[in-house]
Amino acid sequence: MKPNEKLHPTFRRTPYRLHTSYYWYYLKILALVSSQLEPMQNNCIYLDNNATTKVDPEVVEAMLPYLTEYYGNPSSMHTFGGQLAKAVKIAREQLAALLGADESEIVYTSCGTEGDNAAIRAALLAQPDKRHIITTQVEHPAVLNVCKQLETQGYSVTYLSVNRQGQLDLNELEASLTGNTALVTTMYANNETGVVFPIEQIGLRAKEYGALFHVDAVQAVGKIPLNMKNSTVDMLTLSGHKIHAPKGIGALYVRRGVRFRPFLIGGHQERGRRAGTENVPGIIALGKAAELELLHLEEATKRESRLRDRLEKTLLATIPDCEVNGDITQRLPNTTNIGFKYIEGEAILLSLNKYGICASSGSACTSGSLEPSHVLRAMGLPYTTLHGSIRFSLCRYTTEAEIDRVIAVMPEIVERLRALSPFKNDEAGWLQAQEQTLAHR
Amino acid sequence: MWDYTDKVLELFYNPKNQGAIEEADESGVKVATGEVGSIACGDALRLHLKVEVASDKILDARFQTFGCTSAIASSSALTEMIKGLTLDEALNVSNKDIADYLGGLPEAKMHCSVMGQEALEAAIYNYRGIPLTAHDDDDEGALICSCFGISESKIRRVILENNLTDAEQVTNYVKAGGGCGSCLANIDDIIKDVQQQAATPAIDNYSVKVATDIATAKQSQRPLTNVQKIALIQKVLDEEVRPVLIADGGDVELYDVDGDRVKVLLQGACGSCSSSTATLKIAIEARLQDRVSKNLIVEAVEP
Repeated sequence: MKPNEKLHPTFRRTPYRLHTSYYWYYLKILALVSSQLEPMQNNCIYLDNNATTKVDPEVVEAMLPYLTEYYGNPSSMHTFGGQLAKAVKIAREQLAALLGADESEIVYTSCGTEGDNAAIRAALLAQPDKRHIITTQVEHPAVLNVCKQLETQGYSVTYLSVNRQGQLDLNELEASLTGNTALVTTMYANNETGVVFPIEQIGLRAKEYGALFHVDAVQAVGKIPLNMKNSTVDMLTLSGHKIHAPKGIGALYVRRGVRFRPFLIGGHQERGRRAGTENVPGIIALGKAAELELLHLEEATKRESRLRDRLEKTLLATIPDCEVNGDITQRLPNTTNIGFKYIEGEAILLSLNKYGICASSGSACTSGSLEPSHVLRAMGLPYTTLHGSIRFSLCRYTTEAEIDRVIAVMPEIVERLRALSPFKNDEAGWLQAQEQTLAHR
Repeated sequence: MWDYTDKVLELFYNPKNQGAIEEADESGVKVATGEVGSIACGDALRLHLKVEVASDKILDARFQTFGCTSAIASSSALTEMIKGLTLDEALNVSNKDIADYLGGLPEAKMHCSVMGQEALEAAIYNYRGIPLTAHDDDDEGALICSCFGISESKIRRVILENNLTDAEQVTNYVKAGGGCGSCLANIDDIIKDVQQQAATPAIDNYSVKVATDIATAKQSQRPLTNVQKIALIQKVLDEEVRPVLIADGGDVELYDVDGDRVKVLLQGACGSCSSSTATLKIAIEARLQDRVSKNLIVEAVEP
């Protein structure tokens, strides 16, 4: 089915055919917003796609009419608003197709964090007699911090460890499961290292003990083929802005038959599973983005992994004392996380920024926190490496020339910062002494 | 992204005075080194000073920094600021001075300026032969933040020096409380205690007397005369400083007052103590600056 097939003829117009007065207002608003912002680096090399992605122009085009002409409320009992329910339904089908799910199993949310929160709370509310949760030490804060809060409310939580490659030990999972376990909640792929967990095997073990299984797939959706039909997953979270849709829209897959208690309570939108007037432009955008992800998945995956591998191998070959963090066999095709010893991540990022290159770091100095990445620490990386770890995450827009540019500037950046570092060529053994002390803690 | 000033970015991209200073056989010149920070915390600084022995003047300063943009910029700024100063003058450089030189630092990055000031102290104490452990223990006190190894005394000092009023600020300045956060309540208590002490007027008779003398001089809108100044210094030494030193087997004698320079003779255990610089600066100079005049500089005279 084509996206706009069932809609009223007026809904098929593209934004370029908008009524001229609307288009004029749209341009005025854009100009006003732009005047409040710092000049953007439009030609930046964006390798921070695990943080967020560029909104696809086709997605913008699909959602624009719903920001301008078609602003009705899909719950309204008149044609102007009610027509939008059809557009929302089509978008729901597009997203369900990406997940290999049924459209009735999709619940729209505002973001990945809401999806994670809703899934965890729903699982506990549905099983009030069970008071145990299993998760991992490397989850996103949207899961970890909910679990920590639940511990203060009488729940016990097991935080599964990971090995040096960032992988779980399924025996540890098995040993942690009991009849009291209400929920196993793990990520599908790690946002920092790209390491992919064996989801189906985890789900099989959770089922043996009657526990629900939630997966935070915010980083996996659109990068790995998914099929919920033959899966052990009960609930799965995704976020629109990681797959070229705008921020402010996400979804939760809830397997048919799973008892779901709503997190947001109010009206009966989303079949009573998530109250609040639908974010129609966001939903349309997410539907279109999902359609494009499915269309490009196979080809984009191959292309991104080829570019990623070239970047990774060349950097490792040209820069001494660096290593890849995480399992290189079980990981996302678009992510590499490289630890550059003796230097600090924020300094690397700011140096890259000078060349218009955007990446990310697990160092403490890049965030408000004073502690470095909990993911890299859980993997047991030496401090020498983890403070200087940089994540490059690609997308289908990443070009050969952009990768070439990063390959060209990184050796110089690392060399400059190492020349400043007291730990490089540390004859006095200051670093070695510190690492030894830390190792004995 | 952090909102860095142009000065911070300039010194990050084009740092001045990077590298080490090798010890050379240059007569009358010595090299001092100070190391602070740790790889675990993500900040570390090694500061090198080239000192002219006869004049105590810093001829050159260089740094090696492991850390973020503001750590590198703070280190570079510090080396620019202290070149040409005597060691005593350099000891007066505070973390706030470093931040001001940079046109300010994001609040969460103020600990980078504190690291610079601490490295400077460490280098000077090393040069003067005061063991680093003794220097660290001049802030003797309970360990408050076990994640970052920060003592109560260090927290008190940074609160006083920077007029900090909440635990989040303390975290930004010395990292204490930035790990597991379990010490944040203790930090709140320390802040409250420091604020109370600052608000409580001194109640001992001597302090009242000295305060009255100073107030009288101020009321009459004229500065303390030399005679009044010397008398006050003598009183403070006799009644506040000497009892403490005598209890530790040492003593101090006022030798001369030349303008704002107070010359003293350290005696007994103080004369041979490796911590004599700390005694001069913390026990005597800070006390006289507080009680008599903030411009006073205390120097030891060889017996």
